[in-house]
Amino acid sequence: MENKRKLNKRTWFSMPYILWIIGFTVIPLLVIFQDAFVTPEGGFTAQNVLAIFEPVHLKSMLLSLEIALACTLICMLLAYPLVLALRRLKLGRQGFLLFVLILPMWMNFILRLLAWQMILSKNGILNMLLGFIGISPLPIANTWISILIGVVYDYLPFMILPIYNAIAEIDEDIIEAAKDLGAGGFTIFKKIILPLSVPGLLSGIVMVFVPSMTSFVVSDVLGGGKIQLIGNVIEQEFTKNVDWNLGSGLSVSLMIFVLISMAFTMKNDPEGKESAIW
Amino acid sequence: MNDEILKLKNISKEFDGKPILEDFSLDIKKNEFVTLLGPSGCGKSTTLRIIGGFLKPDEGQVFFEGKDITNLSPDKRNVNTVFQKYSLFPHMSIAENIAFGLKLKNKSKTYIKDKIEYALKLVNMDGYEKRKPESLSGGQQQRVAIARAIVNEPKMLLLDEPLGALDLKLRHDMQRELIKIKQEVGITFVYVTHDQDEALTMSDRIIVMNQGIIQQMGSSKSIYDEPQNAFVADFIGDSNIIDGVMEQDCLVRIQGRRIECVDVGFGKNEPVDVVIRPEDLVIVEEKDGLLSGLVVSIIFKGAYYEIKVRAEDYEWMVQSVNPAQIGAKVGLTILPDNIQIMHKPHSSDEEIVKEDE
Repeated sequence: MENKRKLNKRTWFSMPYILWIIGFTVIPLLVIFQDAFVTPEGGFTAQNVLAIFEPVHLKSMLLSLEIALACTLICMLLAYPLVLALRRLKLGRQGFLLFVLILPMWMNFILRLLAWQMILSKNGILNMLLGFIGISPLPIANTWISILIGVVYDYLPFMILPIYNAIAEIDEDIIEAAKDLGAGGFTIFKKIILPLSVPGLLSGIVMVFVPSMTSFVVSDVLGGGKIQLIGNVIEQEFTKNVDWNLGSGLSVSLMIFVLISMAFTMKNDPEGKESAIW
Repeated sequence: MNDEILKLKNISKEFDGKPILEDFSLDIKKNEFVTLLGPSGCGKSTTLRIIGGFLKPDEGQVFFEGKDITNLSPDKRNVNTVFQKYSLFPHMSIAENIAFGLKLKNKSKTYIKDKIEYALKLVNMDGYEKRKPESLSGGQQQRVAIARAIVNEPKMLLLDEPLGALDLKLRHDMQRELIKIKQEVGITFVYVTHDQDEALTMSDRIIVMNQGIIQQMGSSKSIYDEPQNAFVADFIGDSNIIDGVMEQDCLVRIQGRRIECVDVGFGKNEPVDVVIRPEDLVIVEEKDGLLSGLVVSIIFKGAYYEIKVRAEDYEWMVQSVNPAQIGAKVGLTILPDNIQIMHKPHSSDEEIVKEDE
């Protein structure tokens, strides 16, 4: 009894956050769900949700999926070896290098994208430098490649940090114990470091895959409006076409897709540590 | 020297320019329980890590059964270590932890299963195969760590303060169990601790270390009864250590009194350190005492009283089953056998004394 009452008192501390999330997440979500299943006249329809299977929308969805998967994979391939290398360094130096890696996050998201636009554009810095060494300019600007560069740049820290946290937690004693029992370098990686870093890796995958799948600003700025990701399609339904019902319907389909793919990822989490993400 | 298993020869090791071990040599016999005992920073753990292969000595060589293994990595040595922090693999069950070394050696499934069963029985943990390390207490985790090392049938087991994180009662139980395990598996144990109690209870041979140098080697009894310098006397058990002058063979002068002892071979009127264990001092009537002083404090310790007696500018520590009155004038007697006379060290970091049993 006593315990329960104490718990209840503490619960009040979370009220500001609960109000916030009700006002700005739960209610808007309910509105979207409601809009998704009605016609402009007010009758029930599943048309808006099923609109995702129309060829135009399906094409955008697949393109988004490809970019999100490629981005997640590239981030993993960049982050994991980097973290392994960091582990070898002294603690103070580790902190400094992490700080440098995270530093871009302190700059505004849009500003960073605009900078990439300048670098990758037809007469931009990249092509200028290539010109100096006699290579003809690369037509990267406004292609899916430049979008991919943008999302990888933006979301890489979200892959590095959780993997770093998981690997930094591994006690040096455990590595020594494995060596003591006869494990060489590769066995230690396969049997100890890799399994112990899986929770961090999964967490990184979620934190990179979800935002890169649903992003529309990156493709707006670096795709020059020519490449339509599913995020751009939804945005335009809301803003340009003012068809809130179709926009909501597509949002719901996208949400369902993302939740299913995340459930699939999380099923492989051996410890269920990452349940906090839900 | 056929029964010698390990030989450390003239080992030196520095960390950041600070010498930890200096010209350190040590032989360990087969089936011996050897304890490296000393305060933190004395080089005992460094010695163990050099034997295990986790550190390379700056100078000197390590021989295992006559072969030079100085440059061999830990995974290729026939020794296993039990670490202070247990260091079980958190993502594996107890059975998987124990099987780790055996699987790497490609042992058959039935062999591994039998070994796990045997090892868990040995450390009194049968039935815990499927549990995860985090669900076990510290003592249980350490038992599993011991089992995990022993299944590999190493010729030598290294134990780095394995009981350091356990509470006193559990530590005593585990000490007894370690002796039992040692007898059962019949391998050489090299044990590192700063706890003199632990060392005295378990070891065949104790190596007392300080500042990277062996201070004394010998059996528990010889180290306790005949400390060879003030450091050992002070570190092992409680001691009264006081300045004295050797007047002649078997006669020492302490606090102006001539007292009989059994030590010979010192120079005439040579200044010496005199060591007397508190349990060897007996409180008597003032007129009957070899020394006399004033009782200044008395503490009840359970099995005995700890009594401080001030005589001139020295406070004698006395352990007695009978209480005394604070403020009383008393006498102290000692049997000649119980007085230990030691040479004064030339300087504090030069206290090298060799084995003498």
